[in-house]
Amino acid sequence: MRKQADLLFQIVSLATLIVALGALGALVYDIFHDGASRLSWSFLSNIASRNAAEAGVYHALMGSIWVIALTGALALPTGVGAAIYLEEYGSRSRIARFIELNISNLAAVPSIIYGLLGLGLFVRLMGMGQSVIAGAATLALLALPVVILSTREALRTVPNSIREGSYALGATKWQTIWNQVLPMALPGVLTGLILALSRAIGETAPLITIGALTYIPFAPDSIWSKFTVLPIQVFNWVSRPQADFKANAAAGILVLLALLLSMNAVAIVVRDRSQRRGRA
Amino acid sequence: MTRTLEWIIERLLFLCAALSVLTTAGIIAVLALETYEFLREVPILEFLTGTEWTPLFANRHFGVLPLVVGTMLVSAIAMVVALPMGLLAAVYLSEYSPSGFRRVVKPVLEILAGVPTVVYGYFALTFVTPLLQRFFPSLSGFNALSPGLVMGLMILPLVSSLSEDAMRAVPQGLREGSYALGATRMQTALKVVVPAAFSGITAAFILAASRAIGETMIVAIAAGQQPRLTANPFVPIETMTAYIVQVSLGDTPQGTIEYRTIFAVGMLLFLMTFGLNLVSTWLRERFREEYA
Repeated sequence: MRKQADLLFQIVSLATLIVALGALGALVYDIFHDGASRLSWSFLSNIASRNAAEAGVYHALMGSIWVIALTGALALPTGVGAAIYLEEYGSRSRIARFIELNISNLAAVPSIIYGLLGLGLFVRLMGMGQSVIAGAATLALLALPVVILSTREALRTVPNSIREGSYALGATKWQTIWNQVLPMALPGVLTGLILALSRAIGETAPLITIGALTYIPFAPDSIWSKFTVLPIQVFNWVSRPQADFKANAAAGILVLLALLLSMNAVAIVVRDRSQRRGRA
Repeated sequence: MTRTLEWIIERLLFLCAALSVLTTAGIIAVLALETYEFLREVPILEFLTGTEWTPLFANRHFGVLPLVVGTMLVSAIAMVVALPMGLLAAVYLSEYSPSGFRRVVKPVLEILAGVPTVVYGYFALTFVTPLLQRFFPSLSGFNALSPGLVMGLMILPLVSSLSEDAMRAVPQGLREGSYALGATRMQTALKVVVPAAFSGITAAFILAASRAIGETMIVAIAAGQQPRLTANPFVPIETMTAYIVQVSLGDTPQGTIEYRTIFAVGMLLFLMTFGLNLVSTWLRERFREEYA
């Protein structure tokens, strides 16, 4: 009796896992089924259009790449700087504890709230308008907690003997960090950055909130350009009643997922190469 | 010279770290400022207890309850899916599965958490809703049920991975003691491991609830834009987040009261999620101490 209950429980638990994985399978199937036939070279190179069959994602793809590149450029130095401070300088002080608590709370603030912050601070108060730079600054704040957490883990894997050796040769604290610790931690830092950016690239709500447009027929040409991004274009197409636009949305999702997967692949390669180098 | 440089660098690094505190302060300042302006025109009692939300109509009412109830409804459905399934998945991964199986399944589950939410919205609207309509013909095209279920799927990995971490932190000795008394793995899991990991599991649940409340794109796509005070999951509703998206997409001029509503709603959303996050952090800290 007890044995049977145990077996039953095991089967039910396993079944839940299979249901969850099955739902993921259904999602992937649904999107391929709806969107794969719409994918073509012209879909990638055309811009938005009122005619579903002629519409493409070029402008949105370029917008996403601009925003993400700039987000990375903003989040990398600040995130790494914050992590170095918390890990190498002030890890035991009370203020560092407070900052840590604050970061872990920030990581769980809904992304749309960051959008309201971006709207009030970057778009209006700092007068950036609804530009690529305002969007990137908003997403950088959103990505910051992830970058800080992963950088701290990477710094923690650097053995203390490296630091002590450097000090013994007369290097200062910053010289030690810059010449010894950071280069060793770099692969971990980059992996964390890419993962943070691959989350940011799928973000829709904060960019809608700061006023990124849903219909914009050109790719950005400077950081002050107005812009749209892939997920917003997908949202725009999903919201239309016509089936043709739904197919466009599915195809847009495929492009977005391809972008995401290639970013993750880069992260895996970076981690892999560093592991091999570490062993040699 | 070197010493000055070292001093400057340390200050700069400190500024980077302090940026996160400034972010929190900025969020609170921006929300509080606009909410204050909003509350000068709408009494706080009307905002918090009113049952009609029609700020964009000619006949304006600013009662936020329909949005709050809509948010709660979708989140509750999501939790009904994610809690039992996430917990069972965590029990299986932590107590039953061979480690090879876990190494394969965990990353795949993690994919669920990495899928952009706009993709889930598409899935809810074009796949799950039509599927449900076959079983419930009265289900309307926009509803709370379908986005709720899909949101449950989205937060499931969060629940399962945090719960599993909590269960694996339970000392092996407790399990061995239970087995020695003749308990089966199920009895050990449910009566020893889960209770021992209780505060960690609760922290995971609360964090999941906070994620569900703040989730935006799934509901903006699949739940509709009709603020409605109802517990009926079959009809269109509107959540707090979906309302902010709706206004952001329109051309409401800034400085108007309609415009300020999104900051007031955002403030409420922020307070709700921030409160939940604080409780969750506190529970996790406590859990860490128990088995330190």
